[in-house]
Amino acid sequence: MNRLFALGLTALLGLGSGAAQAAEGVAIPSHSWSFSGLFGTFDRAQLQRGFQVYREVCSSCHSIKYISFRNFLDLGYTPDEIKALAAEYTVMDGPNDDGEMFERPAIPADRFPLAFPNEQAARAANNGAYPPDLSLMTKARKSGPDYNYALMIGYPEEPPADVELMDGMYYNDYFPGHQIAMPAPLSEDIVEYADGTAATVEQMAEDVTAFLMWTAEPNLETRKSMGVTVILFLLVLTGVLFAAKKKIWSDLH
Amino acid sequence: MSGLQLKNPVLRWIEYRLPIFSFLDHSLGSSYPSPRNLSYWWNFGSLAGIALVIMIVSGITLAMQYTPHVDYAFDSVQRIDRDVNFGWLIRDIHVNTSFFFFIVVYIHVFRGLYYGSYKAPRELLWMLGLVILILMMATAFMGYVLPWGQMSFWGATVITNFFTAIPIVGDSITTWLWGGPAVDNATLNRFFSLHYLFPFLIVGVVILHIWALHRFGSNNPLGIDTKGPQDSIPFHPYYTVKDLFGLGVFLTFLALVIFFFPDSMGEPENYIEANPLSTPAHIVPEWYFLPFYAILRAVTFDFLWIIDAKLGGVILMFGSIIILFFLPWLDRSPVRSSAFRPYHKWFFWILVLDCFVLGWVGANAPDAEFHGVPFVIIGQVATAYYFAHFLVILPLLGIFERPKPLPASISEPVLSGGGMAAGAAAKPMEKA
Repeated sequence: MNRLFALGLTALLGLGSGAAQAAEGVAIPSHSWSFSGLFGTFDRAQLQRGFQVYREVCSSCHSIKYISFRNFLDLGYTPDEIKALAAEYTVMDGPNDDGEMFERPAIPADRFPLAFPNEQAARAANNGAYPPDLSLMTKARKSGPDYNYALMIGYPEEPPADVELMDGMYYNDYFPGHQIAMPAPLSEDIVEYADGTAATVEQMAEDVTAFLMWTAEPNLETRKSMGVTVILFLLVLTGVLFAAKKKIWSDLH
Repeated sequence: MSGLQLKNPVLRWIEYRLPIFSFLDHSLGSSYPSPRNLSYWWNFGSLAGIALVIMIVSGITLAMQYTPHVDYAFDSVQRIDRDVNFGWLIRDIHVNTSFFFFIVVYIHVFRGLYYGSYKAPRELLWMLGLVILILMMATAFMGYVLPWGQMSFWGATVITNFFTAIPIVGDSITTWLWGGPAVDNATLNRFFSLHYLFPFLIVGVVILHIWALHRFGSNNPLGIDTKGPQDSIPFHPYYTVKDLFGLGVFLTFLALVIFFFPDSMGEPENYIEANPLSTPAHIVPEWYFLPFYAILRAVTFDFLWIIDAKLGGVILMFGSIIILFFLPWLDRSPVRSSAFRPYHKWFFWILVLDCFVLGWVGANAPDAEFHGVPFVIIGQVATAYYFAHFLVILPLLGIFERPKPLPASISEPVLSGGGMAAGAAAKPMEKA
């Protein structure tokens, strides 16, 4: 009976396809996140560390095309810090009055610059592989944050003996099919955290995953806090309506 | 016996020229008598109506910011989520209410199946409901294409390819639907246009559905007709307040999903922009289509020499709904409510289970196995059972089942043992 119930629930929630996907990959271990749960919020210090990892490591190949510099206000930076950060990048603008395109320092209203101007350039620079945009990555995979984290720490020292890797591919424990074109992106102390946190692979993987959860859903905290208010209101309203129903029906029974 | 007494002279002035207040009073007010024994299963009709209104209001708002173009659709949805004030909220409401809309409507349909609400004289009421269901499915399918994610694109490709199964003219019809040689910008544009249109067609059929309902009033858990005033109570305030309470419960569950699990019923794949050059590993429709998807894929063999497996699957899939139009004549039992049908009651629950099994099969790849049994086999058995229920079991039950004796009237079991006079109890409560 329990199985029947589970089946029903699976069908009802449409989780069945997840089971199918998991069947060919490996089970993704779950990780605890500051942003999970009904009251979960982002840890600003972690988001800033994650941004640092993204900026110094990931951004050489992966874009976050839906993020503008101004969005970094959410991470706890001041407007001046964001202006200074934006000014470190140049963006293409124009055409000007002479019809020429020109480069200028970025401003907070600009999008974070892309890693490559287009997909062809990205493939040409990466052995034919296309490093996907990361803006929505934690939402575009089943159990996104857990998968993202597992993928980044999932590079064993040596691939299993019976695996024959294709040219230019690397072995990953969690990537579907296990052969991934991205080499292990993180290694001990590849970044030096400004807040003194030890930059272990696990720490960086967790920080950058939290950052990517934020890029995927910057409104997560607003959503949850508003949800608490709405649910409380609806519970009270439903209680009042139930009492009204009882009262009105009382002359019938 | 219109009980409507308007005190306000302005309202009286309007009522004299346009009797809209007495119309409303007869439709949803104290002049609409309803069976006194309706259970909470009767709440789902009004919930479906409210879900439709939520969908239309949130949808019209989204359309103000959405761009139906293959190059901009996905980005415009991201813009709604990120930059439009509370755009994320409106989109979460629209997306998740669509899921709840189907949950509510499916419960509403199965309520009708259990209590025989499709039987005379409510056959047209039932058939209009099925028309609404079909329109809803078309609307939902086209809506799912609009965000132009991977599942949007590939779902649209798979579903529209059904039409190529039609002999001779199939390819031409498919090209006509697409507006070109493939699912592309023309397809997205027309889907947006029709996705905006269809909800208003639904509203039209809903009005007919309610009109037909009011001809004979609601069926009820006993499935017997009301025999007099002691059997009914005024819709207002009794069922208005009961529907409002049901609405409160519904909104609470809906808000729980909207605010805490907004992506729980969607496909992660749809957060990847559509790419015609990259096919996802598993193309699955939204969960509310999974049982139909399983029926479609259950046909793996050709019938005779004109109906190949693909066409056979399409015929069965559409047939699974078409067959419901004939239900009032397939079920010959004179008794409506399964409460008095000892066998039908069990076959009903087996049918419910069968639909869940079909949904589960639809969610899995056909070549996958469940404890060594290929899903396609499970799907074929479940599909065969689905049709057998309507074509074999129901007609036979009409002949061989011996229903339990029906109560003499609705008020008899409700008030049995009570000292209160039935007529007095049914008097509407005092109100302004």
